[in-house]
Amino acid sequence: MKSLNVELYRKMYLIRRAEEKIREHYLEDEMKTPMHMSMGEEAIAAGVCGALKSEDQILGTYRSHGIYLAKTMETDNFFAEMYGKITGTSKGKAGSMHLMSPEAGLICTSAIVGSHIPVSVGAAFANKLTGNKKVVAVFFGDGAIDEGVFWESLNFACLKKLPVIFICEDNGLAVHVPADERHGYKSIADIVRKFDCNVFESDSTDVEVIYNLTQDALKMMQKNGSPCFMYLKYYRYLEHVGVFEDFKAGYRSREEFDVWFKRDPVHFQRKKILQTLSENELLELEEAIDKQIENSLLFAQKSPLPEYTLAYEDVYA
Amino acid sequence: MIRTITYREAINEAMAQEMRRDPSVFVYGIDVADHKRIFGSSKNLVEEFGKDRCFSTPLSEDAMTGFGLGAALNGMRPVHVHMRVDFMLLAMNQLTNMIASYHYGTCGAFKIPMVIRAIIGRGWGQSWQHSKTLHSWFAHVPGLKVVMPSTPKDAKGMLISAIRDDNPVVFIEHRWLYDVIGEIDEKTDSLSLEGCQVLREGDDVTVVGVSWMNVEAVKAAEVMKKRGINIEVIDVRSISPFDHTTVIDSVKKTGHLIIGDYDWIHCGFGAEVATRVYDSCMKELKTPIIRLGFANAHCPCTRPLENEYYPNAINIIRAVEEKMKLPEADLSGEEFYSYEKKFKGPF
Ligand SMILES: Cc1ncc(C[n+]2csc(CCOP(=O)(O)OP(=O)(O)O)c2C)c(N)n1
Ligand SMILES: [Mg+2]
Repeated sequence: MKSLNVELYRKMYLIRRAEEKIREHYLEDEMKTPMHMSMGEEAIAAGVCGALKSEDQILGTYRSHGIYLAKTMETDNFFAEMYGKITGTSKGKAGSMHLMSPEAGLICTSAIVGSHIPVSVGAAFANKLTGNKKVVAVFFGDGAIDEGVFWESLNFACLKKLPVIFICEDNGLAVHVPADERHGYKSIADIVRKFDCNVFESDSTDVEVIYNLTQDALKMMQKNGSPCFMYLKYYRYLEHVGVFEDFKAGYRSREEFDVWFKRDPVHFQRKKILQTLSENELLELEEAIDKQIENSLLFAQKSPLPEYTLAYEDVYA
Repeated sequence: MIRTITYREAINEAMAQEMRRDPSVFVYGIDVADHKRIFGSSKNLVEEFGKDRCFSTPLSEDAMTGFGLGAALNGMRPVHVHMRVDFMLLAMNQLTNMIASYHYGTCGAFKIPMVIRAIIGRGWGQSWQHSKTLHSWFAHVPGLKVVMPSTPKDAKGMLISAIRDDNPVVFIEHRWLYDVIGEIDEKTDSLSLEGCQVLREGDDVTVVGVSWMNVEAVKAAEVMKKRGINIEVIDVRSISPFDHTTVIDSVKKTGHLIIGDYDWIHCGFGAEVATRVYDSCMKELKTPIIRLGFANAHCPCTRPLENEYYPNAINIIRAVEEKMKLPEADLSGEEFYSYEKKFKGPF
């Protein structure tokens, strides 16, 4: 379990530090792309992606720094994309909201709420038909379950028994609107259980718990062929879009944050691995990641912007 | 060998041929596999290719469109069928925000070889929610191809090409064209998704037709021929990309242009054609361009109003007369296409 826990920590530490780096530099106004930060959800990104095989495919939303970094562990192209540079994941065309890494299994991320949910179902259909054994996992927020397309997609995936994991990351908010002002029901998990779907729930910030839950989901899907719905709670540390806290805005309180921060996923895992790793080993690991991020930032800053001709490329295949 | 087939058979043959050739092709949509088989166009497909490759779906246009995108980016070639284009409005998000931009946004990492077949129609009291066309909506968006074949030969050849194309293609079929019979070469394989086709040559007036309007234009040309006027009928076939060279060449010859669009005129495809002509050969026009299309209203149910709503051969004849400064001919002896003859409804 030692190396697994260390690996999961590396993922989470990378996410946290990369986003801290973004916060440090965002006001320079060189990263001209709307940042929807993952801070607070690291355990979900790292736990789920850690449990998936490298060839498994994932899709996500505009809030996908976490899953990108967890799936790829790569920061050069990541930062370059934030800076709109030619060396970015999409040569600067996409920005923070449309990250991709097809080689690493991250198909793409989308900024229309709910829009990747049916895409994941189609991708899973293709995988099932070709028999390649790949699993598709799609990440979305609690706002996406308000959309009709979520229900349409869930229904079809259950009907056809497709190898897809729906991952609802519930931070209790859609922008600033809480669930009780949007939902005419108490428990989404209870409703989804009525479908032919394997349902898993957790509000843990322990990445190992999320990892094990994902393994359970994968096993269940293997066993009965039905898709899975993972309903995972977390707390969004920063404002909806942007790099600041917004506890003064009045729609939520710092006390709420304090409760969650007591079990911050990164700190929690750090303590856990210190039981098996020496302080020095841990610092070494962290320094390596800090260095990677620092180098990537420089790489991104130094990379050239794309030529204007790129605007016309790849409109058609 | 030359043989004759209907438009319906042409679509069906293209589907079967491509599904046989390429196991990644599959067809789906509401009612695709029921006993009516989308007016016969998906006949025998489920029998030959099985339920994995030909299936009816839940009534979920939005999700089923995104589903096609997902399958396509994982290497399949989905053909999604809509019994009426009006239902595609529930899928505009996936079509416009997702499918059209996926190749672009991923810098070519993913290709989206998806075909969306949509049937458009006319007549028999369909009223305003089963009667749209919307090709200019789709053609407005970069990344989509939009084609509207009007002959059985094009229907087969262009559907084959659409399926083989690595881009998303919206393939629009007029319900009345299903019974049109045309000649087809046994060897007909894929036909280009670009470029217009001259259906009938003439020196006096150019009429550009979209989909069903070509049938009306050919009829108008036959009538005017008797009065010594030769109409050149140009079938645009492809709305996007739109290659206007054939239209420009024709207008340079005739100096007169009538655009027979098959949708609302305001902000429509006819305006695009007109602009291209003004850009290329404004000085060669002897009269201003006339645009025909749907009435600026919603499609009404009852017959006289419905007839008023849709453009037809008589509208084209009157436009030609206006251009040629001819008196209005008495057309009472002419036989025009009427749905009483072939189209019995309800669909
Ligand atoms: C279809 C659509 N409607 C509205 C928006 C504007 N919008 C962006 S994010 C968001 C809230 C989504 O909340 P949730 O799904 O819970 O994700 P979270 O931001 O909490 O991660 C909204 C309404 C959008 N991007 N797409
Ligand atoms: Mg939320």
